[in-house]
Amino acid sequence: MKVNSLAGAPHAHDGDSVSRLMGRVLLALLPATVYGAVLFGWPALNLLAITVLVCLGCEAGCLWLAGRSVRWGIMDGSALLTGVLLALSLPPWAPWWIGAIGGGFAIVAGKQVFGGTGQNIFNPAMLARVMLLVSFPVEMTTWLEPHPWLSGSAPSFLEGLQVTFGHFTFTDGMTGATILGHARTELVMNHPLSQALPGHYQPGFAAIGWTGGSLGETSAALILLGGLWLLWQRAITWEIPAAMLGTVLVLASVFHWVNPERFADPVLHLLSGSLMLGAFFIATDPVTSPVARIGQVVFGIGCGALVYIIRTWGGYPEGVAFAVVLMNAAAPLIDHYFRPRAYGRTWRGQPRPVPERAKKRAAVSRDSGSGPA
Amino acid sequence: MMRLHGFRGGVHPPGQKHLSAERPIESLPLPSRLYIPLQQHAGAPALPVVTAGQRVAKGELIAREHGVTSAPLHAPSSGTVAAIGGFTAPHASGLPLPAILLDTDGEERWIESEPLPDPFSLSPEEVAHRVGAAGIVGMGGANFPAAVKLSKARQAGVHTLVVNGAECEPYVTCDDRLMRERAEAIIDGTAIMLHALQAPRALIAIEDNKPEAIQIMRDACRQDARIEVLSLASRYPAGSAKQLIQSLSGLETPSGGRGTDTGLLVHNVGTVYSAHRALRYGQPLISRIVTVSGGAVAEPRNLEVPLGALVADLLNYCGGIASEDCARLLMGGPMMGQPLPGIEVPVIKGTNGILALTAAEAGEAHPSSPCIRCGRCVEVCPMGLLPLEMSKRAHHEDWLGVQSLGLSDCMSCGSCAYACPSHIPLPQYFAFARGKLAEQRREERKSAHIRALMEQRQARFERQEQAKAEAAAKRKAAKKSRAVVVEEDDE
Repeated sequence: MKVNSLAGAPHAHDGDSVSRLMGRVLLALLPATVYGAVLFGWPALNLLAITVLVCLGCEAGCLWLAGRSVRWGIMDGSALLTGVLLALSLPPWAPWWIGAIGGGFAIVAGKQVFGGTGQNIFNPAMLARVMLLVSFPVEMTTWLEPHPWLSGSAPSFLEGLQVTFGHFTFTDGMTGATILGHARTELVMNHPLSQALPGHYQPGFAAIGWTGGSLGETSAALILLGGLWLLWQRAITWEIPAAMLGTVLVLASVFHWVNPERFADPVLHLLSGSLMLGAFFIATDPVTSPVARIGQVVFGIGCGALVYIIRTWGGYPEGVAFAVVLMNAAAPLIDHYFRPRAYGRTWRGQPRPVPERAKKRAAVSRDSGSGPA
Repeated sequence: MMRLHGFRGGVHPPGQKHLSAERPIESLPLPSRLYIPLQQHAGAPALPVVTAGQRVAKGELIAREHGVTSAPLHAPSSGTVAAIGGFTAPHASGLPLPAILLDTDGEERWIESEPLPDPFSLSPEEVAHRVGAAGIVGMGGANFPAAVKLSKARQAGVHTLVVNGAECEPYVTCDDRLMRERAEAIIDGTAIMLHALQAPRALIAIEDNKPEAIQIMRDACRQDARIEVLSLASRYPAGSAKQLIQSLSGLETPSGGRGTDTGLLVHNVGTVYSAHRALRYGQPLISRIVTVSGGAVAEPRNLEVPLGALVADLLNYCGGIASEDCARLLMGGPMMGQPLPGIEVPVIKGTNGILALTAAEAGEAHPSSPCIRCGRCVEVCPMGLLPLEMSKRAHHEDWLGVQSLGLSDCMSCGSCAYACPSHIPLPQYFAFARGKLAEQRREERKSAHIRALMEQRQARFERQEQAKAEAAAKRKAAKKSRAVVVEEDDE
């Protein structure tokens, strides 16, 4: 009888796996990705394809160099996800080399040098985004106005290739500032928000995503939809998104209430920039966030506070990537200090005696408690 | 209804109880030979009191307890002792353990016994003593001698007896059937144990996936106002003693302490039932209910089995196993069960299930991949530990690091590995770390012992040197004084 490879207990599994987990996250990103592709046309799809392919290629190369199973490494889906997340955070008509450099940097410097899946300190996609933003500020802040597919202004496939691979210069009127960028410029010029925002920002459009911005970050509603599905699927837990969005909401509300001309309203903060994507898909990256739920709350609050601080007082109009990367660095520390309390132990880890009062209460409840029905 | 407090973490493996839950308890036909290991309980192995060739009656003492934490063994049937020697243990190692081999004669001739007194007329000490003398151990799998638990609990002033009918392991239905078919006996056993504890209240806890058992037990205990049946939400490991105490009282057993520190004492329903048999009929623990189940078993069943029957006998009675489908053969449930080295191993007091699982059921398809720190293991750990950090340290052979993260609190329930998307066998890392730490402690004890011997040797040498020196000095002094005497004589 061929019984028993001598495996220890448990002899059961809930059937989930890393690749299924990544697959669910990718599926949740699908609506926002499709929307981005429709909104910005062929060049956006080209950029997405290049970023993803470079990520997969670099992952395969590194695994091969390290002598690991290339097939298993690629199958886990993490490189694919990194590529998609990075592409979604790039300006939609960015040239091919932005995607290529970003993808390569994300996988090689952001992940594989640390030892591959599960070992990286920083979220690879956000690390690459920060690197690109600092290194190529012009390309990384050229925000295209919507050029939806099948509309007159949409480029054909060949024109799309020209945008991505050739020399393409944006004409006036094709591009514009994002809402956050616009608000920042106006504030620098001491224009109050009540004059700056009308005509430029409409909450409805911002929620749907009919606005300039990163490839897949414009539609807060679709990202929220995907995020809620992930929560329902238990692929992520609620602590990080809730703490991050909640912190931004609270800070924005307080400051807006103090001075509405200087500080944008909380709805604008929640609907614009990368906040939604960051809260549901990036800060929740399991590898780079704390493992215990209490630590995740702390992490989320930190991310939210940094986002608001950078947006409001920092040198960049948007700060999600910086905030997440900074908090990634703090995650090991958070993990060290915020742990669950072990059963039968105090928070400090000492054996926890049974409190006499509680013990008496348990004994008393037998006398006063109702008898059997 | 009493308010329940719940416990942290846990998982929801598919129950698979339907495979065997509707099969009434059947008696296994008596095997011609029984293999009774001397170690079926926590503590020291029992000492045989029979010799090869001796005829024994059913229920006759064949091995007595050895030390305080130990339990005696009785002949599961009448027959002749064939030999006392090594036999494959029901353990993954497959190592032989000393066992008594008994050839049954098929007469089922019981040992003669005196008429039994009413258990409630006995002193609590005497009840506990009789429970111990009947060889009763924790039958939920812990195998701890029940009498030791009873007398310690009475001294600790336990106020509530918890009868554990949770049966949270998937597949296993022996307690379910026992409660459905022998409820009166369990209630009587509960009353006897309450008497032994001198405790005023008993709670019978049953997971809500056994509604029939809950109903039957409620009906059975209607007469006794001290006993209450509670329905627990089904979640593994609700039936673990620590988690059960927490669910019922909100109290936690202190780390390194005893369950009775909380004022509650947990006994499995099977244990309570055995106490009833021992005190009412004078029958020691010589048989138990075993669930034979799993996708590779032809006809899953619940069997009443004499201790020492071979797993092969049980499987044969259940139509055998489809060996090409059987990926794991286990003793116990899928979450904590032991893989068996083969089918030629005996049933012991703590055997609640024999499972033959298919590869699909055992979740074997995946090799493990790197940890992605998703924190699921932390989320499901009922003890509030950080399994991923512990396994990481074990991986780096930092045994003390594993220990400092609470290895001693881990009860190997397997929830972490069940939920791990990377399919990392976390409990195996912990078991390995435990082994290494035990090895280290042994080495330390050994070197401390050697050091002590060296010091003694050194001290002995020093004493000898000193004695020599003193003797020399004495001799010298004596010589001198003799010389003086001689000089005086000369004068």
